[in-house]
Amino acid sequence: MKLVIERREISSPLLRFSAPVASIFVALFVAGFLLLASGVKPLLPYKEIIIESLGSMYGLSETLVKTTPLIFAGLGVSLAFRMQIWNIGAEGQIYMGAMGATWVALFSGIENHWVMLTAMFFAAFLCGGLWAGVAGLLRAKWQVNEVIVTLLMNYIAILGVDYLIYGPWKDPQGFNFPLTAQFSDTARLAEYFDTRMHSGFFLALFCALVLYLFMERTIWGYEIKVIGSNQKAAQYAGMNTAWAIFFVLFLSGAIAGIAGFGEVAGLQHRLQHGISPGYGYTAIIVAWLAKRSAIGVVIVSFLMGVLLVGGDSLQIMWQLPVAFVYAFQGLILFFLLASDFFIIYRLKLIRGNAHA
Amino acid sequence: MLEILLDATVRAGTPILFATLGAIINERAGIINLGIEGLMLIGALAGFAGTSLSGSLLVGVLAAFGAAFLAGSIHALITVQLRGNQIVSGLALTMFGVGITALFGKGMVGLTIVGFKRVAIPGLSQLPIIGNAFFNQDLLIYFSFILVFLIWYFLYRTRWGLGLRSVGENPAAADTCGFSVSTYRFLAVTIGSGFVGIGGAYLSLASTPMWIENMTAGRGWIAVALVIFAGWSSPRAMLGAYLFGGITAMQLRFQAMGTTVSAHILQMLPYFFTLLVLVISTIRLKKGAGQQPEGLGLPYDREDRK
Repeated sequence: MKLVIERREISSPLLRFSAPVASIFVALFVAGFLLLASGVKPLLPYKEIIIESLGSMYGLSETLVKTTPLIFAGLGVSLAFRMQIWNIGAEGQIYMGAMGATWVALFSGIENHWVMLTAMFFAAFLCGGLWAGVAGLLRAKWQVNEVIVTLLMNYIAILGVDYLIYGPWKDPQGFNFPLTAQFSDTARLAEYFDTRMHSGFFLALFCALVLYLFMERTIWGYEIKVIGSNQKAAQYAGMNTAWAIFFVLFLSGAIAGIAGFGEVAGLQHRLQHGISPGYGYTAIIVAWLAKRSAIGVVIVSFLMGVLLVGGDSLQIMWQLPVAFVYAFQGLILFFLLASDFFIIYRLKLIRGNAHA
Repeated sequence: MLEILLDATVRAGTPILFATLGAIINERAGIINLGIEGLMLIGALAGFAGTSLSGSLLVGVLAAFGAAFLAGSIHALITVQLRGNQIVSGLALTMFGVGITALFGKGMVGLTIVGFKRVAIPGLSQLPIIGNAFFNQDLLIYFSFILVFLIWYFLYRTRWGLGLRSVGENPAAADTCGFSVSTYRFLAVTIGSGFVGIGGAYLSLASTPMWIENMTAGRGWIAVALVIFAGWSSPRAMLGAYLFGGITAMQLRFQAMGTTVSAHILQMLPYFFTLLVLVISTIRLKKGAGQQPEGLGLPYDREDRK
């Protein structure tokens, strides 16, 4: 008897759909052992996560608050994925977007509510886009590895925002805390039901729809998909791949930048230290789990929102570090990658001495 | 002044040097490993825990190697055996490392150990300017010198090294010649990861003998960038790591001297400098200086052989 690996003739759609779901459950199972090892009975925290994030109106609203930036950043990252470009810098782009929006909110002196919000939106869009655009330019012109560039620029962006809020932008009335002055009401998004949920969530859903239409119904979307699946063929067809690489990274960063706008205009109403607790990194998982679909990004963002809200409560109840959520996310990715293997290949037991 | 700066350069560069060497071994076999940051953290925590529990620095270093070896084997299993996406698997490894060290390191915060001490090499340490910086250091730094030579010797003067390089350049050809692609790649990823772990342990056993959550602060990513600067060669990795160490040392010196420039701006310098180096070395690479392993990033399936 012999165990051999062989390629499946056709991959079943059922398997392709169930693999990501199964990965999450297996990751939950394994993470249970990590929890056990750190002295917490695993079922209790899982129950706690569900109750805290979905069990009440308030919990649900908090989940949507965290879902919002994840949708923006996830859309940005997954747009780049479509072209086999790796934008690992959504975290920095969120910071840059938040910085741009804050600059407009504090120093532009615009009085009209809608003009103000529009200006903040575009400032965030542009700052996030240009920040990622640097990586796009380097990649398009000299094939500099965009993974490393976007990642290193995260550190620079976060330090840059720290410089501003510890230095020139620090609120004079802020008791020396690292934060800017509060925005006036003109620069705030609408909030609902006495919770922290804000209109940024609907903007995110709208953005997902626009991006879906852009990818499926426009020539640019088509070109991005062609370049993503076969760059040589795209070049032979006369597509300007260098320009497309820059454009996609710019757009990818710009969309992630809008997450920064949402956080300062909808939630914090000021720029402060740690404006994003790693949404940009979670967005990578969102994009990878959602495969190629904008709707997938929305669904997975919600799931990750549940996890993040639950993670916060684990910190309060069991003093588990917030970063534990990262370990869990890493596990999900590991199992997702492993499951991909079983979509393409299957293990087969061969009896007797027949040659495999 | 120069002597102090040079000494700080070597000390700041050593963790990056170990990590870069580990990453080079990975990439020479054709596997991209973006988990370096996570592996360094795992090494830092395992090293600290090992020393703290046993009281022996050697146990700590071995624990760091072993823990990073095991964590690296996840990446190896996914990328070599299961032919998964190397970039995503590496990122997952970094996230996993950040999370799991935060979880298990909670109990280690605030503990202290006796870290590595300087051991002067008689004679050599008396050399002007470089003597103190290179020959009045701790044992891990001396080990890094030896490792740079050993890796070079292994890659270019042994049959196994030739096998490793050919598996990274052209796995199909190496397979035909009888080198087992999966064995070479698996061992390159795991052993390379182990050395990355020692780089992390340098932080928690020598630089600052304590455990701090997320204490690597992006050094793993700098190492990934330095692999390209080093052109996949270990002696050049040493140069790259010390260049980076020099920038860090100068930055700290400026802060200590109390300049008016914001500390946040100064802290950006190493990252900014790494970016610059990455761009320049990529352009040089395109002009034919150094060579990227041909099969880098590509999973190997015997059935795909042409």
